[in-house]
Amino acid sequence: MANWYMLTLVGRDRPGIVARVTSALFEAGCNLGETSMIRLGDNFTVMMLVRSEADESGLRAALAPVLEDLALVLHVDPASGERHPRPVPDVRILVHGADRTGIVSQVTARAADAGLNILDLESDVGGSDEEPIYILQIEGVATRGVEAIESALAPLQADGVKVDVQPIDTMIG
Amino acid sequence: MSVLDILVYPDERLRQVSAPVQAFDGALQEKIDVLEATRLAGPGAVGIAAPQTGWFERVMIVDVSGRKKTASHGHLILVNPEITEWEGWVMGREGCLSVPDYTGNVLRAEKIHLEAFDRDGNPLSFDMEGFEARAIQHELDHLDGLLFLDRLVSRRQDLFRRKNYK
Repeated sequence: MANWYMLTLVGRDRPGIVARVTSALFEAGCNLGETSMIRLGDNFTVMMLVRSEADESGLRAALAPVLEDLALVLHVDPASGERHPRPVPDVRILVHGADRTGIVSQVTARAADAGLNILDLESDVGGSDEEPIYILQIEGVATRGVEAIESALAPLQADGVKVDVQPIDTMIG
Repeated sequence: MSVLDILVYPDERLRQVSAPVQAFDGALQEKIDVLEATRLAGPGAVGIAAPQTGWFERVMIVDVSGRKKTASHGHLILVNPEITEWEGWVMGREGCLSVPDYTGNVLRAEKIHLEAFDRDGNPLSFDMEGFEARAIQHELDHLDGLLFLDRLVSRRQDLFRRKNYK
């Protein structure tokens, strides 16, 4: 019987990681579900839901040559991967400012208290080496309304970060 | 009133280009009523296009008047619609009765001028913007066999219009 697994792969970025990993899984008869694959720093990170007849050791065996060639670290967990109703985000938060510690924790703690359920968060460090800037983008469900989140985050402006809270109006047609 | 089944992607019929309506007769009126009943039976759709129900003529219904703070021309039944002017671009999130459980970012013209006929064949003309203009463009795409999936822009693009704190 096929089971769902969450596979996490991390390694130094280089061309061909996605192609090699997914080809090995395809050849082993696996089926991919939702995935996230993104470069963080000079690492490449892959998280993917994989449906497989094989158990964890079988998955590891299928990927072994690729892991060795590309120096990737693999983590495998049993997971729920069945299709599910997807929450529709209704708020988007954009934060940027001079890089300093605590931006993500301050934004997300205040937003969580104001009813935010995060569906997607990405953050980047840009700018120059001398003056790095931090850019944080969040999408989620505002369970107590967008204005509650807007009010909760407004005081952070005084700490020198720029905060935009925008409703996401989804047009269903 | 009975409602029609919604065609769901990847049904190839959604790719079909619909034909202009030739006669504003009783049969057309009946079909329009069933199309509206089908829209209202769906999950919160502000618009529907005839081909989503397997009716391949250039008819669509849009009604964004139920939304707060949204410029609207009310409940619109549009036959043989045509956008004759476009202005500006704006990113927005769209979903579709024919693409359940997925939403994505799409660039649309911010303002449009629309020419169409009403259900009795009288000419209509509108200047529209924002959410209503988006709904019109989404439904008109269906008449040409296009889905919002054909126009997806990455979620990781920061092209939303900023609303800044004062």
